[in-house]
Amino acid sequence: MTAYGAYEPVIGLEVHAQLLTRTKAFCGCATSFGDPPNTHTCPVCLGLPGALPVLNAEAVALAVRAALALGCSLQMRSVFARKNYFYPDLPKGYQISQYDLPLALSGVLDVEVEGTPRRVGIRRIHMEEDAGKNLHGIGDESVVDLNRAGTPLIEIVSEPDLRSGAEAAEYLRRLREVLMFTGVNDGNLEQGSFRCDANVSIRKLGETRLGTRVELKNINSFKFVADAIDVEIRRQVNLVERGDRVRQQTRGYSAEKRESYLLRDKESESDYRYFPEPDLPPLVLEEAYVESIRSALPELPVAKRARWALELGLTTYATGVLGGHPAIARFFDEARALYPDAVKLANFVQSEVLRDVTTTGLTASFPVTPAQVAEILRLVDAGTISGKQAKELYAAVAGTDHAPADVVRERGMAVLGDASAIETIARSVMEANPKQVASYRAGKTALLGFFVGQIMKQTKGSADPAMVNAVLVRLLGEGSGA
Amino acid sequence: MDATVLDRSIPELAGLVTRGEVSAEEVTKACLDRITRRDGALGAFLTVQAEEALQAARAVDQKRARGEALGPLAGVPIGIKDALCTRDAPTTAGSRILLRPSSTGEATPDPRRGFRPPYDATVVARLREADAVLVGKTNMDEFAMGSSNENSAFFPAKNPWDPSRIPGGSSGGSAVAVAAGLALGALGSDTGGSIRQPAALTGTVGIKPTYGRVSRYGLIAFASSLDQVGPFAADVRSAARLLGVIAGRDPHDQTSLGAPVAAYEEACGRDVRGMRIGVPEEYFAKGFGAKGAEGDPMPQASTGIQPAVEKSVREALAGLASLGCELRPVRLPHTRYAVATYYVLATAEASSNLSRYDGVRFGARAEGAESLGALYAKTRGEGFGREVARRIVLGTYVLSSGYYDAYYLRAQRVRTLIRRDFEEAFREVDVIAAPVSPTVAFPLGERVDDPLAMYLADIYTLPASLAGVPALSVPCAPTPAENGVPSLPVGLQLVGPPLEEARLCALAAAWEGISPARGLRPKVSEA
Repeated sequence: MTAYGAYEPVIGLEVHAQLLTRTKAFCGCATSFGDPPNTHTCPVCLGLPGALPVLNAEAVALAVRAALALGCSLQMRSVFARKNYFYPDLPKGYQISQYDLPLALSGVLDVEVEGTPRRVGIRRIHMEEDAGKNLHGIGDESVVDLNRAGTPLIEIVSEPDLRSGAEAAEYLRRLREVLMFTGVNDGNLEQGSFRCDANVSIRKLGETRLGTRVELKNINSFKFVADAIDVEIRRQVNLVERGDRVRQQTRGYSAEKRESYLLRDKESESDYRYFPEPDLPPLVLEEAYVESIRSALPELPVAKRARWALELGLTTYATGVLGGHPAIARFFDEARALYPDAVKLANFVQSEVLRDVTTTGLTASFPVTPAQVAEILRLVDAGTISGKQAKELYAAVAGTDHAPADVVRERGMAVLGDASAIETIARSVMEANPKQVASYRAGKTALLGFFVGQIMKQTKGSADPAMVNAVLVRLLGEGSGA
Repeated sequence: MDATVLDRSIPELAGLVTRGEVSAEEVTKACLDRITRRDGALGAFLTVQAEEALQAARAVDQKRARGEALGPLAGVPIGIKDALCTRDAPTTAGSRILLRPSSTGEATPDPRRGFRPPYDATVVARLREADAVLVGKTNMDEFAMGSSNENSAFFPAKNPWDPSRIPGGSSGGSAVAVAAGLALGALGSDTGGSIRQPAALTGTVGIKPTYGRVSRYGLIAFASSLDQVGPFAADVRSAARLLGVIAGRDPHDQTSLGAPVAAYEEACGRDVRGMRIGVPEEYFAKGFGAKGAEGDPMPQASTGIQPAVEKSVREALAGLASLGCELRPVRLPHTRYAVATYYVLATAEASSNLSRYDGVRFGARAEGAESLGALYAKTRGEGFGREVARRIVLGTYVLSSGYYDAYYLRAQRVRTLIRRDFEEAFREVDVIAAPVSPTVAFPLGERVDDPLAMYLADIYTLPASLAGVPALSVPCAPTPAENGVPSLPVGLQLVGPPLEEARLCALAAAWEGISPARGLRPKVSEA
């Protein structure tokens, strides 16, 4: 039995991920977001008569990297195809994509849902170009912004291996992470550089054939993806239990109403009339080229976190926090090269630094450098400052390029925390003030403050007050017989 | 200056300009004057860029005055098929759909309101760099779809040998401009014969290069896997020089070839003795394609080659033999599938290539559309002519789900067989010689209501296009005047293996030296 009684949900995801190239897939225009409309366009991406596409080598390299990171089998010869349909945001009247001969096939992505590991198949990865954007309601007009038109994408199609909204969301998180750690995609859902459609169907438990699928379009938030899918599963189960059948449709999801709604029926789907793109030769990869990309693949996030747990003794929580974003992981690795006690470092970064870190896409803004963090921790280890002072020092260093040791000196923060040094000073103070020592020992314990003051005077306030207190109480008490 | 300077060859005229014996400005003025006096009756040009041409000519003269070296086309007036983008001239592809809306709402379409491309086609840029003077944009069948130039949205170009007849198409305007001495050279584009057939019908030389030899960047696409830009000129050397300027790899066209550009002009004059010439029997079959074998699925409807055309071509073959070439029969057995194959593949690609004419970003947009769908339907319905619409519908059909395998995929397979025919043949021979067109120029209006008859005009040119191999048309003996029909030009088609344009130029030039058509020019009336 499942959460849906006698029915088993079957979910496959199609993710469109924008490749982090400087220029578009088939022309030299810059990829951009948020710039004034139609400022990054040329005859090619405007689809002007006579213009021809030229494939961006950087896009190929990133797509190959993604395919390798997802364990796909690369197709050494893949073919671009035209997907034909009319829409104002599609300048040529066709999208250059790949169809029956995609770049990569049969990969895997391991996910873990509620402690249970699951291996999700990746059916294919193909390259394609993005469309522009239609903007409606500018006055009484609709306008088109073609800055995004021609931006390189990969479409990653999973096998229908997912069984719940939660699994789908987890798959998406892990996929996004892999693409971010490999520098393929910035994982930005809000700006639409990572987008997801879900194919959802249900079938009777034990049935092996797939049910009629509904495509859920553009569920662009981790928050809603699980909900959207679960709501759609529930809708399908209700339909079938009522004796109706599920119709092949494309549906959207309303997060406010928590329901999916009809976008179009199968009957009104376009016939895309795919055929091989005659303007582009087949994409042929050389073995050496693929190997050069494979050998330069960075460590993937799951492997990195496992290694940190094993080699560094970090908690699962710590590896998750520090190894969840490529820039944070890089910061941690860089700091670790300068300060080898990973656990102390991890604690400090988690408790102090991360509070002030904001991530945007693949980048993160840190208030301090790995070197500054390492130095603060070394100052604590050397007893130059206390653990408590480390927080203070971090706050003082944050946002500056000051060396922590300099700040300690300038601010006179260094503690005299060495008990034997304090004892030496305390003894000399006691020798210089025998009357006060006698009075103290005679019971005038309020004189303790006098001795503390003397020591602080001599150490210019740098002695650890608690330690001074403790040392004095001990030394003064020795001769009192009390 | 004597206007007959315009009847010189391109190498001669460029030499005169380079040596300062005539100025580019004088040549250009004479050329523009001739266009004014002759083209009213011929319709070779859709638009003439008189000011821009004179400016370009003066720039050439100034360059010379400064002592700078001039390019290989110094001061040579050239016509550009209106399918090629030019940044200083309107570009229409012979279609209404590329016309900007008229402020006055006039009924007759005016090519001067054509789309203004923000860039030059690569071939156009290369002509400019070679110091050519671009005088105007030449007439054509709409989107290069047609074999008579009657599908021009504006007016048909007329054959200078007999203005009641078509000049061929789709690059009819370019052929007429050269035949009538309105330009020394012209660029055309050839998808299934659109350079060779009008060259044959107007008595000019036209070269369709190997697919990929010349950049397509800036050529308004008809069928991308077949389209190729090539030159027209009055003689082989002139055409060879033009080809040398426009050929070569272009980073803007990924289908362009990186092989070094051969010395085409130098090849003219090369000894052709011992060259093995293949004569494909299929091209001379009586009623070629008229009737298939028992159970043959191919629908056929051809009248076969006209006897006068066959006679002229056979005489040319004998002429090649007299030059020391060795004639051999070759077989191109899949030739009879070429028309069907071509009209599946070319229309499929065209249906997609022409999707961008949607009224959204450039060109014409229909007024009064109530919805997006209506905007598309109305803009395209009003903007495209009948033949273009017919091919879009046909191409959309053959790509449709459920029909793709039976039409598009099968046609691709047959295309491979046709390509193999040529590969096989070129193991035995160096060049294949054949007719270009089964008929001479036919009267205007004769086939406008019979698209199939029009398609069959391409029957001898389609196979080389499908195979992607180079081919040219060079004049052979014109037909004799009889029964009130004047003497009309006939073309000899020479087809070579990939990238062997130089070999074709050598053979064509050798033939030209002894051709009865040598030096023949139509008598063009002047206003």
